[in-house]
Amino acid sequence: MRYESPQTVEAASALLAGEEGLARVLAGGTDLLVQMRSGMVEPDLIVDVKNIPAMTSITEENGGYRIGAAVPSAEMNEHEGLCALWPGVMEGADLIGSTQVQGRATMVGNLCNCGPAADSVPGMVAANAIATIIGPNGRRDVPVIDIPVAPGKSTLAKGELVESVFLPARPKRAGDAYLRFIPRTEMDIAVVGVGVSLELDDDGICTDARVGLGAVAIKVLLVEDAAKALIGSKLDDASLKKMAAATSAACKPINDKRGTIEFRTKVAGVLATRAAKIALERANTRASNGGEK
Amino acid sequence: MARNPDADNAPVKKEIESPTSKYDAEKAASFKVVGSRPARPDGMDKVTGKARFGADMVMPGQLVGLILRSPHPHAVIKSIDSSEAEALSGVKAVITRDDFTPNDDHADVLYNIMAREKALYEGHAVAAVAATSRAVARKALKLIKVDYDILPHVTDVDEAMSPDAPVLHDNIITRGVSPTPTKPSNVVARSEFGHGDIEAGFAQADEIIERSFKTAATHQGYIEPHACVANVGTDGMSELWCCTQGHFHVRQVCASLLGIDVSRLRVTASEIGGGFGGKTTVFIEPVALALSRKAGRPVKIAMTRDEVFKASGPTASSSMDVKIGVTKDGRITAGYGVFRYQGGAFAGAPADFGAMSAFACYALDNVKTEAYDVVTNRPKGAAYRAPGAPMSVYAVESVVDELAARIGMDPIDLRLKNAAKEGSKSSYGPKFGSCGLVETLEAAKAHPHYSAPLGPNQGRGVASGFWFNFGGETCSNLNINADGTVTIAVGTPDIGGSRASMCIMAAEELGISYDKVRAIVADTSALGYNDTTEGSRVTFSSGMAVIKASQQAVTEMCKRAAMMWDIPAEAVTWEDGYAKPSGPNAGDFEPLSLAEIAATAGKTGGPIAGHHEYNADGAGVSFGTHIVDTEVDPETGKVDIIRYTVVQDAGKAIHPDYVEGQFQGGAAQGIGWALNEEYIYGDDGKLQNAGFLDYRMPVASDLPMIDTVIVEVPNPGHPYGVRGVGETGIVPPLAAIANGVSAAAGVRMTELPMSPPRVLKAIDDAKVAAE
Repeated sequence: MRYESPQTVEAASALLAGEEGLARVLAGGTDLLVQMRSGMVEPDLIVDVKNIPAMTSITEENGGYRIGAAVPSAEMNEHEGLCALWPGVMEGADLIGSTQVQGRATMVGNLCNCGPAADSVPGMVAANAIATIIGPNGRRDVPVIDIPVAPGKSTLAKGELVESVFLPARPKRAGDAYLRFIPRTEMDIAVVGVGVSLELDDDGICTDARVGLGAVAIKVLLVEDAAKALIGSKLDDASLKKMAAATSAACKPINDKRGTIEFRTKVAGVLATRAAKIALERANTRASNGGEK
Repeated sequence: MARNPDADNAPVKKEIESPTSKYDAEKAASFKVVGSRPARPDGMDKVTGKARFGADMVMPGQLVGLILRSPHPHAVIKSIDSSEAEALSGVKAVITRDDFTPNDDHADVLYNIMAREKALYEGHAVAAVAATSRAVARKALKLIKVDYDILPHVTDVDEAMSPDAPVLHDNIITRGVSPTPTKPSNVVARSEFGHGDIEAGFAQADEIIERSFKTAATHQGYIEPHACVANVGTDGMSELWCCTQGHFHVRQVCASLLGIDVSRLRVTASEIGGGFGGKTTVFIEPVALALSRKAGRPVKIAMTRDEVFKASGPTASSSMDVKIGVTKDGRITAGYGVFRYQGGAFAGAPADFGAMSAFACYALDNVKTEAYDVVTNRPKGAAYRAPGAPMSVYAVESVVDELAARIGMDPIDLRLKNAAKEGSKSSYGPKFGSCGLVETLEAAKAHPHYSAPLGPNQGRGVASGFWFNFGGETCSNLNINADGTVTIAVGTPDIGGSRASMCIMAAEELGISYDKVRAIVADTSALGYNDTTEGSRVTFSSGMAVIKASQQAVTEMCKRAAMMWDIPAEAVTWEDGYAKPSGPNAGDFEPLSLAEIAATAGKTGGPIAGHHEYNADGAGVSFGTHIVDTEVDPETGKVDIIRYTVVQDAGKAIHPDYVEGQFQGGAAQGIGWALNEEYIYGDDGKLQNAGFLDYRMPVASDLPMIDTVIVEVPNPGHPYGVRGVGETGIVPPLAAIANGVSAAAGVRMTELPMSPPRVLKAIDDAKVAAE
């Protein structure tokens, strides 16, 4: 097994592209090292991306933020601007693992591992986050929802890696939230996860909404019908009920050790409703503070 | 009470209470050190990471041992070809069933540590390799070719009892039924306990409730995986370092399986990262010894967490029926229970203990319990804290709770009205001696928790529980050092702060301060035989041996003082750490301190020591009562534990911190068992959740601060009044939490764990039924 630690994204891409055997990107390593230890993967090449400046920084861009792929969750959650603008995305990332894991785990690693229950992904999907990908053919921007395909399988081509994720600017009355269901309080994996992002006008009418749904299908879902139920409403009980039903209807879960189909389907709607209420409260608080946190 | 898991399957019954010692009320009235809370001697090393656990030992030339395990839950092993693995560079030994000779004394243990004719569960050891590196050992495992003939499997207890179930062993003919069956089955034994006439009792009842319950198998969940280092010398002298609750037991079994004299094997117990009963037997130790013998080098084996779940000793799952009758004024007229436990692939499910303890809290005229010990294609169970009792008590205490509501009586009052007390005939046979159930119930009722208001979706549950406790074979040494300090050697590994308790008791007897005493766990070559740390026996038994050894040393020190003063030994007494003339007639001498006598011991006859060897009896039962407030999310079925109080009889708390720690630990494990922990098997007979991600033990943030109340009703069979406290604490929680959740959810929960999908379904089904 070879270990490489390049200084640029392009060099990292070239290493990945040139490896004939199994190559893996090492950011926080909180998935990779566990997989190696359990014998799930035996990589021939490990490319550590933590020495690449573009991948380890958070920068403001057009009122939004660009987050390097190797920025650990703990660092994001200590960034005031990010937490004020996208609290839902941040709280999703903050749920991964433990305090110790938070010091290493990255949101992009969570995305590229392609686990359906990845806690940071529904929030990013709801935020319409854009991933910037570098590969042998250059640079391309892709919505986060288009990256996972199935557990462990992504749309990234050989030699490609995600350099950063961009979270856009927001209007004054906007808010997001992420909720997951676990039987415990922490150190667990989502049985259902829902991210909701809302934008409202000055009269409190929802002008845009996005609902990301995790752990109930082969990959994280964007639930357009749930968003439609909210857009044009003031998030009254009837529209929330409609949204919950749409969220449940979108679920294609399995029965497994973590939960039944029946349970996951019902709880998806419950969490969507609760998350929408939190997102609404955040939007109103933000508006009353003049668009600040 | 304790069970030797490896010799026979009958519980060790100590029905005749003939206490080894008597309670010394006068002494207890003037304790100086007992009841204080000094820091434990092993604490600093544990919190700084210096303590050496099973995997921390390294020997020169040590090899890595790995075990090949069956991927199938039930299969005939037609052949094993290890030739390619043996040829691999770096491989120093490969062993299989052929490297062990049959052993009548420990046949099941031998079969469990290395599969013979069949693999009986997923994870059953099939072969083992010792190699120069982990990478080589892993490669070698892949090169071993095992030819399996896959058989149908069974993992559920009720299915395993059905006549058409796949049969695991053709030599299991059910014991305890008449007529004796002619064909083998998975039912190892039926046993029965009780007295009176239950039919007559039920005829007197105004209300009868009968319900069936199920509980899932759980694991002790100790943080430290099993690990050991074995070294068989060229002369056959062997040493073994391992994490265990009973290194003497490990020595006996390993020596027997390897066919060597006990004296040739020296076993040292490492620090232990939790045991809870799960480290009272052997899994990897004989394998490491056999590999070392073959390789001629030391071999370390450390289980992974996956191996711990699949191939150590979880506790039984159960299926139970309970029927209880009560009069309108709250007198229980009869109790009946049937308890079916599966204990994995070999005999020994603690169904008998479950049946014996099910109704132990009640003084009943009519009671009958039946127990079935059943085998399935799961790992062989080991002890888990009060083995067998939490499940049966869950079933009984659930029905008692429901009966209290039915007749409109406070659940603590109903228990008080029927509580077992001194002189009551127990539901399992003997009469109780002095015991503290009534005191725990009264303390629970008076506790502010019991009358605190509840919020929406919250429910309060109460339950009582019991454990027998155990004494057993014990041997301790105590040495008075020349500088006036004292060293104690005990043979019972410290799993709950017992070294601190030993130091306290020696300090109390000798009249010196706690920090002058050090206790160690001696290896098997340094002390006589000691039973394992189990049955809540250590503070009671090893503690009493330390007290007796201290008294022997005191007698000797008085003798030495008499010699120095030239007066008769009888004219010297021991008081607060000093030898003194017993009265004016004895003479006028300045008292001599322990340190002064020790300093001149060389001139008065040599080193001063005490020792005590005995088989301790009179352990004294311990009862407890728990109160818990739960909150149920009606939309998701999630249960939160809002408040928890443990009230338990400790007899006498030697070190109250560690008594409270035992109470809290029992409650915490009970919370896990009640809410989310379970062995989940797929249709393929394979364990689906062999790791802490999906085997959902509670984490710290899941638990409230667990309040404790120590009740002290002295045990008449111990000089200080000590009762074992380690196990009783896990007995009431399953029932208390189920009663709380049932109250909060408005529906009776009859299956554990009460995981969110199960609770939500019960709530939704009840809603549908109501409509």
